Amino acid sequence: MWIIYTLNGLYFAALLFLISLGLNIILGVMGILNLAHGSLYAIGAFIAAWIIIAIGAKIPPFFLYITLLSGFVLTGIVGLIMEKSLIRFMYKRTLEYQLLLTFGALMLLEDVIKMIWGGQAYYASAPFDLLGKADIFGHVYPTYFLFVMIIALIAGLLIWLFMSKTKLGIMLRAISLDREMATGIGLDINRLSTFAFVLGSALAGLAGALVVPTTPALLGFGHEPLILGFIVVVVGGLGSLKGALVGALLVGFTRSFGIAIFPEIELPLLFLIAGIILVVKPEGLFGR
Amino acid sequence: MGLKNKPNYLRWIVYLILFIALLFIPRILSIHDLMLFEYGLTFAIVGLGFNLLLGYTGLLSFGHGAYFAAGAYSVAMIAKYLPQAYSIEIVIPAALFFSLILSIIFGFVCVRHTKIFFSILALSLSMLLFALLFKLYHITGGSDGLRVPLPTMFGFSFKGIRRPEFLSGTYYYFLLAMFAISFVVMKGIVSSPFGKALQAIRDNEVRAELIGIRVRRYRLYAFCISGMFVGLGGALWTFVNGHVTADLSHWVFSGEIVYMTLLGGFGIFEGPIVGAMIFTYLKLYAMGHTEYWMFVIGATLIVLVLLLPSGVAGAFSTLWRRTIKGN
Repeated sequence: MWIIYTLNGLYFAALLFLISLGLNIILGVMGILNLAHGSLYAIGAFIAAWIIIAIGAKIPPFFLYITLLSGFVLTGIVGLIMEKSLIRFMYKRTLEYQLLLTFGALMLLEDVIKMIWGGQAYYASAPFDLLGKADIFGHVYPTYFLFVMIIALIAGLLIWLFMSKTKLGIMLRAISLDREMATGIGLDINRLSTFAFVLGSALAGLAGALVVPTTPALLGFGHEPLILGFIVVVVGGLGSLKGALVGALLVGFTRSFGIAIFPEIELPLLFLIAGIILVVKPEGLFGR
Repeated sequence: MGLKNKPNYLRWIVYLILFIALLFIPRILSIHDLMLFEYGLTFAIVGLGFNLLLGYTGLLSFGHGAYFAAGAYSVAMIAKYLPQAYSIEIVIPAALFFSLILSIIFGFVCVRHTKIFFSILALSLSMLLFALLFKLYHITGGSDGLRVPLPTMFGFSFKGIRRPEFLSGTYYYFLLAMFAISFVVMKGIVSSPFGKALQAIRDNEVRAELIGIRVRRYRLYAFCISGMFVGLGGALWTFVNGHVTADLSHWVFSGEIVYMTLLGGFGIFEGPIVGAMIFTYLKLYAMGHTEYWMFVIGATLIVLVLLLPSGVAGAFSTLWRRTIKGN
């Protein structure tokens, strides 16, 4: 059974990594903690489920997996609209207002989801069922979970390459290191911030789209992932890519083994571990 | 200390007149409106406590629902497990005690940080309490919550009396007295040297440390006092509501506390009280008129942040000063 728990841990970690990566990019570049991040994740899930239900039966299986990317693209567009219409005005404001604005956006988005998709659950398990089960050291395990891990790994690698090798990525990192200096050498902070917000939102949407074949999309879908994403960010350290990875693995494994061993207190256990890490190392594992 | 202002007699006379006016509220309002008003009063106490942290110390907690829940659950748990001790003069101190303990533990972790880190930590810790309240359902009732019967009050039992009668009679005056005490105590705290020290920390942490203020310890004190006020609000709220659920510790509820404070204006002492009252009515109005009440609340919050950052009370105070000075 341990192999299954380990794989489950990796699967949780893969999803959390995508969510907290998005949170971290937005936090690092813009200095804004996006409380509506969970809603963007839910929007990604609903969009993907909606498209799969609408056209899933008519297209060849390969394209079914491409439709999951719709969560990435369309949530990115939602993020773009949100940034252009709301977040834009918040750059110069103090922390309280920034947080409250994203809190307002969260409430707004929750009800927008309710208006568009109603209160019912959306099942879209076709991508999950099609892949069937794999045999791993004598244990049966859904192949789709492995698929999610691979996608998260690819996404992580691409983001890492993007942040360390391309000019745009280096500019983004410059802003998160020293905002004033970055303005001083003439970087267009506003446009780069927009880009960072869109990228972060899209990653949340991707995570939502990847999850929806395994669990139906419901109202309040994004609440728990958001909190877990916060824990990952806090434990890993603000604005650190490596921290997001290690934090996600830690939270993922704690959850998977916690559910297996102490199902009652799995979540409190997680908080306890996070609390201990923070008392010992207040800036997080890889924080600056 | 030379910083202490001269007592502003005119201001206290206005407070006194308002207090006397509040004594007659049960005669004016219908029972339904009175209950709403009582919700507002309990949240006003919560807002007063919350604002010590946000407005005076400059720390934004997104997890104060935890202390509210600590107060509320102290009451509900005593009602369930120690019914012989279930009288108001015991449960209120118990609620203060447990919210103090909780805020010492959580505060110890939180005040090591400021700004966003502080907010996330406070939020996460309140979710820890939420998870506990939610999962340990055979003790706490989980998502069903616990029912709260009417307490005895100074030896007087309310058996056979219905909740609305209880709320419109004795309890209203008790609540009002608690509110008045909280108001005066908090006013005393913010104008004491301790309160001034907190404001110094808020305005310039480094400078405050240089003149010998122990920044982290003072933050912890502020955190605990604020936690106790919020816990008191939670305990008093429980009697009005008659029922507690784990959702009180959920961070969305904490967000509502932040919202009320901002709505009234956290730069002004009385702001959170105004905010709590308006929020209570606004939420009920929105919930009564549309299924999409979160949309209404969210949209008003966004408009508020964008257009009226100093809150309703702040805007009025600016307006007042302008008319007086005539410019």
